[in-house]
Order: sequence, then C-alpha cells, then structure tokens
Amino acid sequence: MELIFEKSVAGRLGVALPDSDVPGSDFLPGNLLRTDPPPLPEVGEPELVRHFTNLSQRNFSVDTNFYPLGSCTMKYNPKVLEEVAALFSGCHPMTALLPGGHIFAQGSLELIYCLGRMLCEITGMDEVAAQPLAGAHGELTGIMIIHAFHKARGNRKHIVIVPDSSHGTNPASAAMMGYEIVTIPTAPYGDMDMNLFRKAMNGEVAAVMMTCPNTLGLFNPHVGEICAIAHEHGALAYYDGANLNAIMGKARPGDMGFDVIHLNLHKTFATPHGGGGPGSGPVGVKKELIPFLPVPRVVKIDDGAYALEQENPLSIGRISGFFGNFAVLARACAYIVLLGREGLVRVSEQAVLNANYLQEKLKKYYDLPYDISCMHECVFSAARQLKQGVHALDIAKFLIDKGFHPPTVYFPLIVKEAMMIEPTETESKANLDAFIAAMIEAAELAEKNPQALMQAPVTMPVKRLDEVKAAREINVCHLLAQGTGHKARD
Amino acid sequence: MSGADYCPNTPGEILEMLDSIGVGSIEELFEVIPPELRAGSLGLPKGMSEFETLRRMQGLAEKNSRKLIHFIGGGFYDHFIPSVVNHMAGRAEFYTAYTPYQAECSQGTLQALYEYQTAICALTGMEASNASLYDGGTALAEAALMALRITGRNRLIVDGAVNPFYRQILRTYLKNLQVELVETTPSADGAGREDIRLHVDDGTAAVILQNPNFFGGIDNLADLAERTHGAGALLVATVYPVSLGLVKSPYEMGVDIVSGDGQSLGNPLSFGGPSFGFIATRREYIRSLPGRIVGETVDVEGKRGFVLTLQAREQHIRRHKATSNICSNQSLCALRGLLFLCSIGKRGFAELATLNRDKAEYAKGVLGGVRGISVWNRTPTFNEFTLTLPQDARKVVEKLLSRGIAGGVPLGDWFRGMEQCLVVTVTEKRSREEIDALAENLEDALWS
Amino acid sequence: MDVLYTKEHEWIRIEGSAGVVGITGYAVGQLGDITFVELPSVGKVVKQFDVLCSIESVKAASDIYAPLGGTVVAVNQSLDSRPEIINESAEEKGWLVKIEISDPSGTGRLMERQEYDEYVKGLE
Repeated sequence: MELIFEKSVAGRLGVALPDSDVPGSDFLPGNLLRTDPPPLPEVGEPELVRHFTNLSQRNFSVDTNFYPLGSCTMKYNPKVLEEVAALFSGCHPMTALLPGGHIFAQGSLELIYCLGRMLCEITGMDEVAAQPLAGAHGELTGIMIIHAFHKARGNRKHIVIVPDSSHGTNPASAAMMGYEIVTIPTAPYGDMDMNLFRKAMNGEVAAVMMTCPNTLGLFNPHVGEICAIAHEHGALAYYDGANLNAIMGKARPGDMGFDVIHLNLHKTFATPHGGGGPGSGPVGVKKELIPFLPVPRVVKIDDGAYALEQENPLSIGRISGFFGNFAVLARACAYIVLLGREGLVRVSEQAVLNANYLQEKLKKYYDLPYDISCMHECVFSAARQLKQGVHALDIAKFLIDKGFHPPTVYFPLIVKEAMMIEPTETESKANLDAFIAAMIEAAELAEKNPQALMQAPVTMPVKRLDEVKAAREINVCHLLAQGTGHKARD
Repeated sequence: MSGADYCPNTPGEILEMLDSIGVGSIEELFEVIPPELRAGSLGLPKGMSEFETLRRMQGLAEKNSRKLIHFIGGGFYDHFIPSVVNHMAGRAEFYTAYTPYQAECSQGTLQALYEYQTAICALTGMEASNASLYDGGTALAEAALMALRITGRNRLIVDGAVNPFYRQILRTYLKNLQVELVETTPSADGAGREDIRLHVDDGTAAVILQNPNFFGGIDNLADLAERTHGAGALLVATVYPVSLGLVKSPYEMGVDIVSGDGQSLGNPLSFGGPSFGFIATRREYIRSLPGRIVGETVDVEGKRGFVLTLQAREQHIRRHKATSNICSNQSLCALRGLLFLCSIGKRGFAELATLNRDKAEYAKGVLGGVRGISVWNRTPTFNEFTLTLPQDARKVVEKLLSRGIAGGVPLGDWFRGMEQCLVVTVTEKRSREEIDALAENLEDALWS
Repeated sequence: MDVLYTKEHEWIRIEGSAGVVGITGYAVGQLGDITFVELPSVGKVVKQFDVLCSIESVKAASDIYAPLGGTVVAVNQSLDSRPEIINESAEEKGWLVKIEISDPSGTGRLMERQEYDEYVKGLE
C-alpha cells in the first residue's frame, strides 16, 4: 500500500484552522526561521480517512481475532472504559501543581488514590505509586526503590538475581541501575533451580526478581521460601506482575513475601494495548519502602481532600512527567469497580480453566516440556515438528492463515521452539475449540506436507518479509530513502 | 446482579471443559498454590453494572470542578484536536492490537509507525526516529543515556532552562551510573552560553538544551553546536514540536539527538498522560537509538512490507546488554500524532505555529502593559513567555484560579530567585477576549 | 600455519607475533544471516576471553571473545558495508580483527581443529 507521504499533492489542504483574531507579528528573526515548512503530507480528510481505515484492516486485533499472545494477556477490553477515560480528557496536569490548584483536580487525584488502595488489596502490598508508564518502566522504578532502600542503610549490594526464564526487561532494568546480573537456570521441575539459587545467594545480592506464575505458566510452590531466603541475606524480593491475571483473589504477592512489585494495568486490568502501548506499570511496595516511592505522590490530607506530596528526602525522585498514564489508570479503576471482588476472581479462574483446557487438548500433538497443571498460559515446544523441518515460526504463520493471531514464539528462551499460548478468560469454549482444531491441523500438516506450513501465510496483504534485508539495508524514514526534504546542515 | 465479567463460558461448558481436563472443579487447578499462600476474600466492593460504574466515575469527574481557561503549559499544551484523529485512532484494529511481532498480520500498525517515524524526521530534519518512547521527560533521559553510550564519556552539561521536571527525571535515571551532571544558571538571554563554554571539555558526552526553553525563549543553537562538536561532544535538545512549524529544524541548528513530548500533536491533556515521547537522530547513531524501530523491506515476492528491525539492540534479545529496558511504548499516541500531522498537513502545520506565535505576541503586549509587570525574556519567544510580577507569582496564580483562570505557571517552587516570575502559555485555542480577560484579572489581582 | 579454537567458537590464526581472529562455520550456522558487526577500534587492548566485538543477526546479538590477549592492530573494514562476507566465508574472508599477541602462553587454553570438531559434535 502507498504511504500517506506518497499520496500527498502539493497545495491540497487538510483540516481548517480558525482565523486569527489578533494582529500578525513578525517577531522571529530570520536566523531562527525555517525557509520551508516541514515536508508533511498534503492530503484531504476523505483521503486520510480512507488511507488509515485501509491500513487498520491490515491488522489482527483482539476485537477481530483470537489473539493468544502469551505473556501479553490480550483479553477483551470493555467499551464502557473508553467513555470513562473520556471524562477526564480535558484536565490539565499542571493545574494540580499550581498553588491551591489541587482543589481543582480532586476527582482525578481521588481516582489515583482509590486505584492505589484497590491495587494494594488485590496484591497484598501497602502502597502503590501509579507514575510508571509501562511494565518495564515500573520495573526500573522498582529497582530504583530497592537501590535507594539499600543505600539509605549503607548497604553496597551490587548483584541482582534473575531466573533464566525471566522477561528480558528484568535484567535490562536492573542493568540500567548499574547492577551486575546473575542468572539462575531452570530446574527440571520448571522453575528456578533452588540449589543453584541458594549457592548464588550472599550478602552482595540486592534483590531477587521473580515472575509468578513464571513464564512457563507454572506456579512455583517454593516462591515463599525464595522470598524468605532473600530476606535472610538482607536482599529484597521483586515480583514481576506480568502474570497477575492468573491469581487474582487466589494468592497475593504481598503474602508470598515480595517487597516490591509492578503491575501491568494494560494486561490484567483490561486496557487496550494500542498496537504496542500506552501501558501502565504501577509499583507496589511494603511499608518500609514507602518513603522511597517516586514523587509527586497523591496523599490524603487532614481535611479529607487529596493533595500532592512533591518532595521527600528519601524518594527516588521523579520518574515521569506527571502522575502516570492517567487515562489508563482511569480505565483500570473502572474495570475493578465494574468487576468487583467476585468478578476478578472469576477472571483468574476462567483464564486458568481456558489455558488448562488448551493444554490438555493439544498435548497429544505437541511436546509439552513441563506436563503439569498450568496457570493462565501453557508453553508447548515444536521440537517434534522440527524433525520434519517445521519450526514454531511456520506453525505461527499457518495460524495467521486460519484467522488466529499466533501465540508468542521463541519465548521463554529455555524451551526449544517455544509456543506460549495465553487464551485469557474472555474467550469462549467454541473459540478455543476452533483454535485447537487449527493447531491440530498444523501438527498433521507438519507430518504430511511440511512445505505448506513453510509457505504460510498466503492470505495476508504480504507474504513472509525479508528481515535480513531490513536490518542490512536500513530504511526507517521515507524522506531519507527518497533523498527529499532534508537540508544540509548550516 | 454481581456485575459484569466478560467471561463467556456457560456452567455447562465449564463442566465439559473440566471433564476434558480430568479435574472435578476449577478449584483443583489452583491446588498447586500452597495453602499458606492462599488469599482470603478480597476486600473490594461487589461488582456493578456498566450503567452504575459509569455513574460512579462521572461523579469522580465532576469533582474536578469547573472548567478552567488554560494559560498553563509546562510540557503539556491545550491544543485543538481534529475529530478525525479520535475516529481513526479509535479503530479497534489499531486500538486492540499489540506490538507487531507477527509482521504479516500487523502491516497496519507497522506501516503507520513507519509513517510516524518519517513524520518525526520531517519535523526535526533528522534522519532516523524510533517508534516512540514514554513521554518527553523520559525521552530526554534516554537521549542523554544514548549520548553517554555513543561517546563513552561520563559528563553531561544540562542547561538550567530545561524543564525542571525533565531535569529531575534525568537526575533520577542517572543516580547510580557514575555520571557527572553539571547544571548551568538559567538566563533570560537563552542558553547559558557562558557556563556551557566554560564547562564543555573532552570528558563531556553531551550538552543538553531545551528549545524553546522552559521560559519560552527561542535560541539559534548553531554556535553551541560548533563549540560542543569541537570538544567531541554531542548536542542534545528537547523541543516543543508545534514550534517546528516556524522555527529552524534542530538538524539545521546542528543538534545530534532531538527528543520531545508529542502530547501537543493530537493527544488530549488527560491529566498528564498518556502522551508519547519522540527521539530522532542522525543516521550514524541509529544503532544507539533505544526502543522499537520499524523498517521497510520486501516480502518473498518482492512486495513492499514493514517489519520491526534492529531488534538485536532490544531487551528481549540482548537482556542486560540492551540499549534500553523499554518494551511497551506509546504506539497509539504516536499514531494520534501522525494522524494530527497528516490531517492538518504541511501548510496547516506552519499556520498553526504562526497562530500560536501571533496570539502569544499579542498576549505578551497586553500583559506586559499591565501596571507593574515586565517581560522577563530578552530573546524571541514562541507561544510561551515569562513575566516578572511586582509580587510572588504564586499568590497571584492562586487568586486567578479562584476566578476560573489557570493564569500561568509560577516559578518560585522550581527556580530560586524567580519567585516573582510567571510563565504564560497561549495556544491557538485562546481567544483575544480570553487574553484581554487575563490581563484585566491580573491587574485586579495585583492592585485591588 | 597454526589455527586454534575456543569453546565460544572463535578461531585464531597465528602469524608470527600476531593472530587473525574470526568465528567458526558452526557459529555462523547458529547465528544465521549476519546483519551487523560492531568492530573494535584499532589500539584496543584485550585480555584473553575479554569481549572483543559483537555480531548481530536478525534475532540474536553475540559477543565475540578474544582467543588470546593482545592489542588490536587491524580490523576487517569490508564487514562494515558487507557483513554477509562472514556467512560466505567465515574462516577466510570473514575474519574480524588482527591482534598483536601479548601473551602467547594463553594458547594452552585453546583447542586444535580435531579437538574442536569433537567438541562441536558433542553439542549437537
């Protein structure tokens, strides 16, 4: 499809602006001015709408397709949440920071405060900070809090332990704070090897980062012990909340012994993923870590009003522009209100039921490296299919032709040819059965006609794309590729 | 009723599924959790219907008091958003998709992001942009980290007129990285040239500026670029994208890495988020860019298509050696930015910038004429400028708020010695009447 | 001519007091199509098994370790524009860097071809 830049016609006008009601000015001297406006497209609104509508139709999405992308919790997002977010769209964040301005933003501040209290109840933590703008940002914030905590005690711990099954963001976040990473392999029982973990633990360790259920979709029964061992050595236990959707109302990271957690509101609390964001990654902490939370913090003051604490000597400081991705917070808050205590539990129960059903129905056809009851997602290996030359990627591409978004493939790294399937609770048995049938068809094709899988997909606007060419002959800007619109440096 | 839960399975289907799995109840599936770790009932209210939930949230929104007239900026701006932006960005196929890992069924998102990258390059004059970062402040922090990586040096010079929140974020990010951060004294003449010339040396990774700066001043950075490059350091600038309709591009001024907040491009204020951060650079530094990047390529039949590229820099492959830990970005907000720029178009964008400048110039004249008030800036300004009031600006702002006007951002909380200064922002949405009313109320607040 | 191998699949061809370093055909097979090579600057000093440079393919990034300690005296600049040379000729034209060896005794920790071949066989 043509680019919007290629549809541009010189002189074509877009949306009209109001006429000026003030005198013109030529206050800017020539050495500050552009000679030509930025080379943006010139298209009319009808053309624009058609371009982007056509583009949108080249996407799979939760609203159009089953989307069992493991670890991403691609559940249905109730439409009423959009109306909720729109209620707050005109609120300027700076208002609340003006002298006496918090009075004018009581609704927004109360929402952040209440969401924090509800998330504490769901996770067993004592306080939540809503500023982190995505899961990885929450992790970074959590690691900063851990660092500040140790520093305040005069500790010079320099190691962070992560299991090899962890999300890549865990070690990347810890490394951004200068920590040395020690990776612990997974034992045959499907989680961090306890013996190797005990050996790696010492007084130099600042934190242990765990995901529970882990990225194999398994609940680690030793998780309480891991936290306890960390505490014995003066380390803190960090909980990556990417998989909280499995355990709401069933178990709480705070009760397991975790000191710092982050949540992915866009996953567990049903806000649309937007093609890659925005997300929201609030951080929860236990009491002794509250002073280290980022500023500005929403607090309840004596007269019952909500205000902002802008400074705190122990705080890690500011981590984002204002108070977090507020519109995402508003959707998450309304989602919790909508579902309530029983609804959230049912979410986890149905998510786990759906995943176990898929696992059971597919384990005859694909290798299941850890054949035990899973939580909200299951991880298969295409090792059996590989013998016919069929990779997990080929199965993924075949599923696209069947109208399903593929599972996460090649993650976790510890499973060869991994296919990580997270159906979520919002899919019906009928949808699961259709997906199961497609997976079985793929397994059969792998035996009978592997070539067919290797050519998939054939029903999409493009066939398999040349990623090597993309990386070798880098083209990330149309203007540069065309050699237009770019002026030489002064 | 107990509220909605969007779980479609009927009791009959659930029984069938349990039967297939070979367990007697859903509860059995949770038996792997040790009893001592099991949670009791959640201390939350019962669920509600959609109608009740909406009413409850409306109640909260109403506590946000009356509609204020905004003359405040500070990183977020009250700009007009064409309807087409909401309609197109709200299409479920964009909205409810995720990161385009499977390129063939994500060409919509991928092409849109490639077009977004191109649009950011069009604004900034740069040669490579990523597919977005979180917000303006974190984008500046990523730009600083990028400069440290490229130069292998560990000293940053940050101009004192950079948004104080951005400087706080920078300090937070750099806290444990053995980086020396030198901050210059803010100046009414633009960038702190004296300080920068004094401090930039062969240990400096980057000089970091904001243009227009937090006080609204616009500067030609070309001489600073020359000085910075002479020391082998990079020039990093955070910019206000709307100003680029009028102001010379950062590339032309010699900037190496440019970042900023994209809220003003089609994203609502929404109490501070989500917006998006942008970052762009010269082609030789593309591999040092953090986050996702979309590249053009061809499929097996030679047809044009788009993929996530240069992924080997990213956390899911390189783990602790990645260029950044970022995973989710702000794609949908970036899409809104693209829609905004395309709907308003090349000429409209230049007009928008002119309108902002003209309104602000008018306001500067009117407000600067109020008894006891003088204009602080000694450089040209764009759509923000700083006034010196005859008293602490914080008190004046509080009085204006009670009259329904968010009259500006007082600087006393963030800049020592500038207690009487007020930064006033005027976007295209402010009418001449509103500007005149601000002047009257300001005079009133000061003298009666 | 003496070529020695590491467990990380680098090779070093000893030429007098210098050594030419590259990665083995087995390593290339594991990485797939090479898209970028981040070469060190001439003059870089490395100890044995220090990170020498890195190689990227579409889905992986790998550090390349120095088989022996020394100083980088030359790099294969043709890899800048054509990283695929490594795929075409990993153990000849796709060499990465040349180092002036500072401590030849490190060769004791490297493998001869036959030993390396058996080592690779054990991995499969």
